[in-house]
Amino acid sequence: MNVGLIILVVVLIAAVGYVLGRRRAVASSEGDVRRLHSLPGYYGQTVFLFAAVPAFLVMILWLLLQPLYIDATVTGMVDPDQSADYSTRELIMSDVRRIATGLDIAVDLGQVSEADIGSMQAGETDIRQRLADVGVALGSSVDQTVFEAAKSYRNLSHTLSIAMAVVVIALALGGAAFAYGRINSAFRARNVSERAILALLMLCSLVAILTTVGIVLSLTFETIHFFRLYPASDFFLSLTWNPQFRGGSDLGIVPLLWGTLYVSFVALVFAVPVGLLAAVYLSEYASPRVRAFAKPAIEILAGIPTIVYGLFALIVVGPLLRDYFAAPLGIGSSSSSVMTAGLVMGIMLIPFVSSLSDDVINAVPQAMRDGSYGLGATQSETVRQVILPAALPGIVGAVLLAASRAIGETMIVVLGAGAAAKLSLNPFEAMTTITVKIVSQLTGDTEFASPETLVAFALGLSLFVVTLGLNILALYIVRKYREQYE
Amino acid sequence: MTDATAEGPRPARAHHGSLLVKDARTKARNAAETRFRLYGAIAVGIAVVALVGLLSSILYNGASAFRQTFITLNVYLDPDVLDKNGNRNVEEISKVSTFGYAPLIEAAFETAFENPEIGIEGVTASDAEDLISKEAAAQLRRYVLANPGEIGQTVEFEFLANGRIDGYYKGRVTMQSAERDSNVSPEQLQLADQLKAAGLLSTHFNWDFLTLADASENRPEAAGLGVAIIGSLYMMLVVLVLSLPIGVATSIYLEEFAPKNWFTDIIEVNIANLAAVPSIVFGILGLAIFINFAGLPQSAPIVGGLVLTLMTLPTIIIATRASLKAVPPSIRDAALGVGASKMQSVFHHVLPLAMPGILTGTIIGLAQALGETAPLLLIGMVAFVRDFPAAPPEGLFDPAAALPVQVYNWTQRADPAFTERASGAIIVLLVFLLFMNAVAILLRRRFERRW
Repeated sequence: MNVGLIILVVVLIAAVGYVLGRRRAVASSEGDVRRLHSLPGYYGQTVFLFAAVPAFLVMILWLLLQPLYIDATVTGMVDPDQSADYSTRELIMSDVRRIATGLDIAVDLGQVSEADIGSMQAGETDIRQRLADVGVALGSSVDQTVFEAAKSYRNLSHTLSIAMAVVVIALALGGAAFAYGRINSAFRARNVSERAILALLMLCSLVAILTTVGIVLSLTFETIHFFRLYPASDFFLSLTWNPQFRGGSDLGIVPLLWGTLYVSFVALVFAVPVGLLAAVYLSEYASPRVRAFAKPAIEILAGIPTIVYGLFALIVVGPLLRDYFAAPLGIGSSSSSVMTAGLVMGIMLIPFVSSLSDDVINAVPQAMRDGSYGLGATQSETVRQVILPAALPGIVGAVLLAASRAIGETMIVVLGAGAAAKLSLNPFEAMTTITVKIVSQLTGDTEFASPETLVAFALGLSLFVVTLGLNILALYIVRKYREQYE
Repeated sequence: MTDATAEGPRPARAHHGSLLVKDARTKARNAAETRFRLYGAIAVGIAVVALVGLLSSILYNGASAFRQTFITLNVYLDPDVLDKNGNRNVEEISKVSTFGYAPLIEAAFETAFENPEIGIEGVTASDAEDLISKEAAAQLRRYVLANPGEIGQTVEFEFLANGRIDGYYKGRVTMQSAERDSNVSPEQLQLADQLKAAGLLSTHFNWDFLTLADASENRPEAAGLGVAIIGSLYMMLVVLVLSLPIGVATSIYLEEFAPKNWFTDIIEVNIANLAAVPSIVFGILGLAIFINFAGLPQSAPIVGGLVLTLMTLPTIIIATRASLKAVPPSIRDAALGVGASKMQSVFHHVLPLAMPGILTGTIIGLAQALGETAPLLLIGMVAFVRDFPAAPPEGLFDPAAALPVQVYNWTQRADPAFTERASGAIIVLLVFLLFMNAVAILLRRRFERRW
């Protein structure tokens, strides 16, 4: 019984419960619905909620825990004394899973029957060949323990899914019956169902927390695995980045961090003055006509996906910088460079900086402006000597937020900055960033449990920590500053 | 009070000239004012020029992706090759592989060479066959399998021209570059010109770009966006179905019901931070949780949709809360005053009034999600997918591509024809975004109430 069908059955039970509950409430009112505590619909709603919500919650939990339980049991079979290290165990388990899916497919296609599988022995039948026939390729031939493990993996997951269907549907029926039994004219159905809905609303708001927890847990766990395989001190201090397919890689974060910071620096040097001056010009000087045209234009810049900027860097800015700047001056010959990525990222950040600065500048009280004009200052003197200093903390906050954006940006650097990890000062050379390497390490063909792949999680965690720190700092500064004028 | 200033040097502006003549200091200040103004104008100019440059370069490079060169040929569907037994049995016909169809196209060129105006010395029919996409044989085979009755007749086909020939008519390939290119010779280009003069070769709008699946490295002319558009559509479906209810529920709870305590503070801080987490981190989350832990398939729209949902939630929550806040308290008070419960006042009165704002925010969130690339790279959407996914809900678990990832994919290939395709794909993406934002603006203009 698959999940979709179970969902359908539960919804059906709940819907029938709604109709019955409503009918029973109306019946218990003896012909006058005003005798009921709540409107009749609320009685139906109560039955619906009692039937559907617990059933679905249990189902979600079950679906989350079932693979964990099965993995634990089957791992115990394959490797009873816990001797193998983490990566070999993972490899065996992925073999087990593949064989199990292969057997499922074979049964679906009618090539083998359940009874055949029970009597199959890895030594006698060529299982690798038979699974290849149904389109499941295995890396090596199958040995008996692994095959037995795969068989019990299948049995266990079959039994557990049937158990889940039974439990979930029983829960739906039980919930419906319970709620139905409580219905009489004095039952406070509205209060009960509203409390249930409130609980549901609260549950939904937990998704945000769960996401953060998911990010932190997944990053930390895999990072710990990585540090078991590769020393943390080398990761943070080594000056070379040189992953090898056959082990013996140098995985130092320093060159990647350097590239990331360099590109972000170039981007900020371009975006902060332009964005800030544009914000000042649009809010203090521009005529309504110019503003009506330029403001939406800058906003459009903010709505363009980063892949578009990446392509722009790749096919326009990169070749342009190389052919008219770097190559004639003899300082670089590659079209992807720190400068390319930095400039394009700067363009991307202009609307970000300018809209944040706009908010901050508008938050400066009018009285300060008026005071400055009253002393005879010109408009630009007011901006430079009164407004900007007053807005400075907010602007610093905006710059920090922009920096965190720049550090976490991926597509522009993937297409514009290059892939060579280098420690160099020349901005016309190709360098690489943390995000580029996360993409390249996780989209390659290396096996998942190798340090070359797991390093992506350590990089991701570093990225997460840095951007989170910058954001918290920025929000703190902005908040602190707002309090001054309120 | 001190008298220190009385003893000090007199201020520099001692002399009093005419009020009508500006002194040097005023001039300097005015000049500084003008300069500052100019800087501001330049900054705005840079931003606008950047926008125009960005859009025009994409349009300039990508517009040609929607036009394609086609070659029209009369192909004799030779029964000796296709159906040796002569019984028109589809099963037997399907035993002839695509390689078996290539000679038919060669023969078609030989027929075309009978026209005295067509033919270049040194270009044989098999060289001429290279003018046509490698996809042509497959196209022919599909046609024959669908219409076995036409075997033995001569049928007119419109084949895609090879990427190089297509590039020749779009200015990407020239006679000079062809001399250095092992894939095409100048003679073949001359032959193409002759075919064009004879009306057999033409360039026109190419629907296939929007409907076909991706094609392999050496046949850029046959690569299309069909699978990517469907994949993106499926993901948007998942995002809409999940993020709208969850986002609205969260916002209603936080805005209307939540007490002010540490728990709601944690939720608020979390939402603010999630909005600022780099998108690639969400990709890592998707890989670790949805694929490795929950065992969902790679490159499936369901996983992409889940990841994008988590990314879109903060946008929707922030927009929804703003529009809930904009509903005046008098509405709530009036509802409570006539005996509605808190829940009824929210669901019957506040929520409907806030709906336009919520929908606008949702559409803008969806538009953001549609253009997001980085997290999708990590969950395997970069894979080369040629088969269209099935209809939902099963199709949500089939491998598919996504529009922005398809762009990335094409930029990673060597043939410059793919750059044109990538820009064309961006145009399609931008058209979708433009449409969504236009709908959002329209909704806002039409329904938003100012209280």
